[in-house]
Amino acid sequence: LKINGANHTVDVPADMPLLWVLRDVLDMKGTKFGCGMAQCGACTVHINGAATRTCVLPVSAAAGASITTIEGLSPDGSHPVQQAWQEIDVPQCGYCQAGQIMSASALLARTPNPTDAQIDEAMNGNICRCATYIRIREAIHVAAGKGVAK
Amino acid sequence: MTLTLDRRDFLRVTAVAGGGILIGNWIGPRNASATAAAVFEPNVFIRITPDGAITLISKNPEIGQGIKTSLPMLVAEELDVPWQSVTIEQAMADRSKYGSQSAGGSTATPGHYDSMRQTGAAARQVLVAAAAATWGVPASECTTGGGSVHHHSTRRMLGYGALVDKAATMPVPELASVTVKDPKDFKIVGTRVPGVDNAAIVRGKPLFGIDVTVPGMLYAVYHKAPVFGAAVASANLDQVRTLPGVRQAFVLEGGTSLSGLLGGVAILADTWWAANQARKQLQVQWTDHSTGQQSSGGFSRQAKAFAAGTPQRNLRSDGDCAAAIAGAAKVVEAEYSYPFLAHATLEPMNTTARWANGKMEIWAPSQNPQSGGQLVSRTLGIPEGDISIHMTRTGGGFGRRLNNDYMVEAAAIAKQAGGAVKLVWSREDDTQHDFYRPAGFHFLKGAVDAQGKLSAWQNHFVSFGEGQGYVASASLSPTDFPSLFVPNFQLDSSVIPLGVPTGFLRAPGSNALAFVAQSFIDEMAHAANKDPLEFRLDMLAGHGMMRDGERQVIDAGRIRAILEAVRDVSGWAKTRLPAGSGEGVAFHFSHRGYFAEVVRVSVSADKKVTVNEVWAVGDIGRQIVNLSNAENQVQGSVLDGLSEAFGQEITITAGKVDQSNFHDFPLIRMAQVPAKVHVDFIRSDNSPTGLGEPALPPVVPALCNAIFAATGTRVRALPLIKQGFSV
Repeated sequence: LKINGANHTVDVPADMPLLWVLRDVLDMKGTKFGCGMAQCGACTVHINGAATRTCVLPVSAAAGASITTIEGLSPDGSHPVQQAWQEIDVPQCGYCQAGQIMSASALLARTPNPTDAQIDEAMNGNICRCATYIRIREAIHVAAGKGVAK
Repeated sequence: MTLTLDRRDFLRVTAVAGGGILIGNWIGPRNASATAAAVFEPNVFIRITPDGAITLISKNPEIGQGIKTSLPMLVAEELDVPWQSVTIEQAMADRSKYGSQSAGGSTATPGHYDSMRQTGAAARQVLVAAAAATWGVPASECTTGGGSVHHHSTRRMLGYGALVDKAATMPVPELASVTVKDPKDFKIVGTRVPGVDNAAIVRGKPLFGIDVTVPGMLYAVYHKAPVFGAAVASANLDQVRTLPGVRQAFVLEGGTSLSGLLGGVAILADTWWAANQARKQLQVQWTDHSTGQQSSGGFSRQAKAFAAGTPQRNLRSDGDCAAAIAGAAKVVEAEYSYPFLAHATLEPMNTTARWANGKMEIWAPSQNPQSGGQLVSRTLGIPEGDISIHMTRTGGGFGRRLNNDYMVEAAAIAKQAGGAVKLVWSREDDTQHDFYRPAGFHFLKGAVDAQGKLSAWQNHFVSFGEGQGYVASASLSPTDFPSLFVPNFQLDSSVIPLGVPTGFLRAPGSNALAFVAQSFIDEMAHAANKDPLEFRLDMLAGHGMMRDGERQVIDAGRIRAILEAVRDVSGWAKTRLPAGSGEGVAFHFSHRGYFAEVVRVSVSADKKVTVNEVWAVGDIGRQIVNLSNAENQVQGSVLDGLSEAFGQEITITAGKVDQSNFHDFPLIRMAQVPAKVHVDFIRSDNSPTGLGEPALPPVVPALCNAIFAATGTRVRALPLIKQGFSV
C-alpha cells in the first residue's frame, strides 16, 4: 500500500476494508468509522486524487494506488483547506471533519473556485451530525481564495 | 496512541458539599523536596510552572458544545493572561477534585460563569501578592497584563513563572471575596475564540474515544437482542471461536434494567472488522420477552382509544374550557403527533477498558462519566476507588451519552476477558439500541372569541409511562406555554406502558412540545384572522415574569423582545415572496434560553420543500462567552431541528426498531441546507446561560408554519417525508 508517500506491507484478508487496515492495522486513526455502508463520508480518503469511502473499499482494490489520508494531506496542517477550517472555526464535535476536509480538498483540486451548487453536490455524501454545513461552505470558499496547490 | 493517566502527585483537595465545582481548594506551602521544580497550583484548574507555562484544566466532557474552550476562557480572562499563552488539558473524571462533571441540560455556562472567573481571579490575586511581597510594595500598586505583574512607578515586572515559588507560600483568599473584572475590560470573553482542538482535528490526530489504543488490547463487538431486554438462550459460540482473527467469544447474562448491562454475546478479535465479520456467522436464540409485543402502530391505536375516552388524569385546569368553547367565535380541533427519534451521534458508541490487578481503567466518550463509573461499580462489584475514567473528546453527544450502557458493556467484557478491550458499536447497534426521544400524541381543542383572542386551550396529552409517572423525557409541564396566557386552559394526560428505552435528546421535551404548541398557536392565529407573529405578541402583551404560585415560569417581556427582533431582522410580513413560498415563526423558552425563529420556504408543485433562509434571535443573558462557538451552536441547532423534521422517525415492529443506518434514518445533508441561517443575540440584563439546546425547538414549528403559509397544508405529524413532502 502506498499511503501518504510511504510504502506499507500488510498481511490482512483481501476483503478487509481499507478503513480498518488504516485504523486497526496501521494505527492511523484520522480516518473515521461512521456507518460502514458509504452513507456518511467520515471514512473519506483520496485514492489517486479522488475522494473515496474506505469503509466499503476492499484493501485489495487499493493496492498499488496512491492513497492520501488526512494525516498526509500536508505535513504540518498547512493545506489551504486545513487552514480555512481553522480560520472559520468550523468544527463542533469534529468527528466528521477529516472526511469533510478530504472531500473538500478533492473538490478544490479539480474545481478551484466552486459555486455553492458545486459544493452542495461534492459535499452531499459527507454528514455532519453537528450540522456545521454553513461554515463548511464558507471555509471551502475561503480555501478556494487561498488556492489549492495541487 | 496510548493515553496514560497523569500520575504526577497532584494536590490535596477537599470536596465541597453541594456538588458544584470545586472552589477554594488551595494547597498549602509545598514541600520543596516533594517535587523537583516548584509548581504553582492554586487550585485544580490552574497549573503554572517556573518557566511560565500555564496549563488550564477543563473539567467537563467536550461533546462539540465547545466547553473545553469556553470554561478555560473564563479562567484565563481573570488570570489576566493572553489566550495564546495557555495550554488546555482535559481533566480526568474525578468527583473529589472537580465536583460534578457532565454535559447536559445546557447547564455548564450558568453553573460555572461566576466560579470559573473567581478561580482565575483568585490565582491572579495571589500572584500579585507574591510580587508585592517580593518588591516590598503594596499590592494595590501592582497591576497585571501579558502574564506578568507590573509595578509601574518603579518600572518593575515579574512574569508569573518567576513568582511560582513565592506564590506557593502565600495565604489564599476566599473565592467569594475576590474581585473579578468589569466585563467592559474583557479581552477574551465575548470574542471569537476557535476551538482549542481545531489544529488536531484538521490533522486527524487521535482525540476521540474510538481512537484510543491500549497495548495488547482486543477489539470487541457486543451483540444484543433486537427486542429490548431479551436475553441469550443459546448461541453457536464454538463455531464463532474458529473464525479468522477471533480470540474469544462469550455470553454476558446481563440484568433486566434497560439502562444497565443487558444480555448479549461478546466477540473479541485482533481487529474490529474481524470481530464484526465473525458476528455475521453468529446464531443466537433469544428468550421471549414481553416487549416483543409492542409496535408503533399499536401505540397509535392506543392513543386514539385514550382520546375517545376519559383521560386518566387532569394536570391543570384554569377557568372553564367547556364554556369558553361553547361560546367561542371559532373552534379548532386537531390531533398532533411526533415519532420516536434516535440520536445518531457520528462517533458510534465505544469504550476502551483495561482490567488488571483488580483495577478497571476506562477511556470513554461520555457525557456523564462519573455516573458511568458508578454503573460499572454497581454492576461488576468493583469499588469506585478502583475505577479510573479518562474523558476523551466525544464525537457528538446530543444527550445519547448521558447513558453509559456502552461503558458498562466494555468494562464487563474486559473483566470477563481478563485484559484490555476496545468495544465499538456498529451503526446498526447504535440505531437499534438507543435511548430514544419518546413519541407523543396531543388531542387539542382551541377557541378564539369574538375579539379574535385565544379564549380556550384544551389538550389531552397521550404519552408513555405508568401510573403517575412518565418514561424519561416524556412528560409535559402544566405550566408549559400557552399555560398562564389563556384564561381557560385544560391539560389532561393518559399514558401507555412502554418497553422501549427512552432518554434525553437535545432540548428534551421541548424538541417535540414546541412543535405542538407553536403549530397549534399558528392555527389559532389563522382562525382569528390575525398575523401569526402579531397574534403571539398580543397574547404576551401586558405580561412580565409569569409565576405559578411563587415559582418563576417564563418572562413574557423577554419573549416579546426576541419576537420583535426576529420580526425586524427577517422583514416579517414586509417581504414579497414568490408563489409557493411562505414564512413561519415560532418561539420557545427552554434551558434558561429564549429563542424566536423565522423560517422561509418554497414548496414546489410536487411538494418538495426547500428551506431558503432562517433567522434566529436568542436571549441567553448579558454575556456571550465565545461568540464564534455561540453562532456555530445556534446554526447547528437550527439545522439539527430541520433534520429531525425532514425525515427522521424510529418505528417499532414486533418489539424491534425498524431502522438501522443513515439510509433509513436520514440526517440533513449539504444540499438541503439553506443558503443563510442568521443569528442574533439580545443582551438582556440576565445571568449568562447555555446554548447547547434552546435554539433547536422553535425551528421545527417555524418550518411547519412556513409550509402552511406556502401551501395551506397544516403539518400535524412528523416527519415531513411521511406526510407527502420531499426534502
